[in-house]
Amino acid sequence: MTATATKDVTPVVLSHAGLDALIAALAVDRQVIGPVRRDGAVVYEPVSSVADLPRGWVDDQAGGTYRMRREGDRLFGYTVGPSSWKRFLHPPKQVLWRAGDGAITPEPIAKERFAFLGVRGCELAAIAVQDKVFLDGPYRDPHYAARRAAAFIVAVNCTRAGGTCFCVSMETGPKAAPGYDIALTEIGGELLAEAGSDAGGMILSAVPTRPATQADLDAAAAGIAGAEAQMGRAINTEGLADLLTDNPDHPRWDVVADRCLNCANCTMVCPTCFCTTVDEVSALDSDATTRESRWASCFTTEFSYVHGGAVRPGAKSRYRQWMTHKLGSWWDQFDMSGCTGCGRCVTWCPVGIDITEEAAAIRSDLEAEGG
Amino acid sequence: MSKPRLGVFKFSSCDGCQLSLLDCEDELLAVAGVIDIAYFPEATRADDVGHYDIAFIEGSVTTPHEAEMIQDIRARSTALITLGACATSGGIQALKNGADTAAFIDAVYAHPEYIDTLDTATPISDHVTVDFELRGCPISKHQLIELVAATLVGRTPQTPAHATCIDCKLAGHVCVMVTQGTPCLGPVTHAGCGALCPGYARGCYGCFGPKETANTASLTAQLAVNGADRRQIHRLLQTFNANAPEFRQEAENHD
Ligand code: SF4
Ligand code: SF4
Ligand code: SF4
Ligand code: SF4
Ligand code: SF4
Repeated sequence: MTATATKDVTPVVLSHAGLDALIAALAVDRQVIGPVRRDGAVVYEPVSSVADLPRGWVDDQAGGTYRMRREGDRLFGYTVGPSSWKRFLHPPKQVLWRAGDGAITPEPIAKERFAFLGVRGCELAAIAVQDKVFLDGPYRDPHYAARRAAAFIVAVNCTRAGGTCFCVSMETGPKAAPGYDIALTEIGGELLAEAGSDAGGMILSAVPTRPATQADLDAAAAGIAGAEAQMGRAINTEGLADLLTDNPDHPRWDVVADRCLNCANCTMVCPTCFCTTVDEVSALDSDATTRESRWASCFTTEFSYVHGGAVRPGAKSRYRQWMTHKLGSWWDQFDMSGCTGCGRCVTWCPVGIDITEEAAAIRSDLEAEGG
Repeated sequence: MSKPRLGVFKFSSCDGCQLSLLDCEDELLAVAGVIDIAYFPEATRADDVGHYDIAFIEGSVTTPHEAEMIQDIRARSTALITLGACATSGGIQALKNGADTAAFIDAVYAHPEYIDTLDTATPISDHVTVDFELRGCPISKHQLIELVAATLVGRTPQTPAHATCIDCKLAGHVCVMVTQGTPCLGPVTHAGCGALCPGYARGCYGCFGPKETANTASLTAQLAVNGADRRQIHRLLQTFNANAPEFRQEAENHD
């Protein structure tokens, strides 16, 4: 749903009632997924109205910690939490085919039609990364393709950044780049809305809005500039891919390996990590078998297991593989960065290992050596 | 092809894992159709004689009689599979390892002279070759069915040895350690339960035992940063898999 031509590019302003009308209009033929507060975090789940949103809640994030608290009255004052849109477009488990009675039946192509409400700049960039992975190569994922083609994206430009955000360094936020159907920016108790596609323009013209004034546009720009100035983290990307690839034996990899739990949380929460494995599920009383794909991680022994053992036996080679892939070899593979600066891997690592800190440590050591 | 003969044997344990087998209600009917359940005291009255294609062992070895019995069962079985934490790492009764067993017996039993026990509770693999180990206290029904299905078609069961955190994230649970600082053993614990405890906003207490490449030292350092004291960390690691080396070692470091 993200054609570039737009029907109506004039920004408009939505009240909360207008946003309710937008949600209702999207819900006519889609399942609307948006932010809700559950178990002490903002996660993405079905929403039916503004009342479901985490109004007046923000989060404090740092390496290995996440806490919610009340602040202000914003609907979208929180920053990204543990779930990502990957859960919907590229779900944790996907049946690929079923076999039995001598026949193999491919799983019918996914039919879900989602509308995503509250996609941040870093997240829209992550969806673009997964588009490249699943749609561009010779092996298209037909289920991803179907869900993606049917998805409607309501982006939200951040007006508050979190303690582990570094989208400015990765050039993915806090303002969402094109790729959305509608982009919202919270201004006071209202929302500036800009269409990014024909579908977005059409739906905006069908819900109650008022024309945006220059003051509204200025307020939105100021909010985004505020988030930009609040980045909790930064990473120097200059020459970073080569820096990592050229230094596989840097002592810092041993330091991080001592702390790394090989728990794979970083890869599970990362919105761009795409690896899967396949499991066979056999029936007990017949020859029926289901082949399922499930999220995998380069932090497990199984991931690099070949006859006789694992190519990456422990945390040193696994962390190095992960970080070098995200920031380095992803460029060779997909001509883009595998990291969008969302900060999830930092916050949701139980021991708070920080990709920005690791990159900086390797860089500063080498610079100190004059390398 | 005749149906494979299954024997289910109990050593020192609480019967919970065998009950998981009985709990497979609907699936059990399918199992009974494809397997000859030749010996299963919890479910049948058949006598223990002859050869078993599959022997399921629940419980650890804690008496001289059990140490002999396991040799006999091994000699009469093709595939010997352990079910649960007791059989796989010794179970909670392995807390007695290294303690004064005679003093325990005197303190607990009115007639200590009737008690014939070893000083240790040990996993089955300390005594005989084990073909496959199913983790958990108790085992998960889902994994048990997978084990039976895979064994019947002759493939390796899919019981990944990765961290419980992976299952936690697949299930969409919110991490209790990161959001509340709750001590959680998920990052060092073998998957299999589907991250049951974090799903109820509780920390994992490691009933599936250590995962592959468990970095217990790094996790306990973080638990301390999050506010757990040495005694809490020690106790967290001294439960159902107290005797598993990765847990025992780190518990000793927090004595
Ligand atoms: S990284 Fe940037 S775009 Fe993403 S949540 Fe933080 S501020 Fe928003
Ligand atoms: S590597 Fe970390 S910061 Fe980068 S996109 Fe993945 S989770 Fe976000
Ligand atoms: S970092 Fe690891 S899990 Fe993520 S995409 Fe790369 S290899 Fe896969
Ligand atoms: S970096 Fe952190 S989240 Fe990732 S595997 Fe290591 S300990 Fe787990
Ligand atoms: S709650 Fe426990 S098992 Fe789940 S991700 Fe957090 S540390 Fe891992």
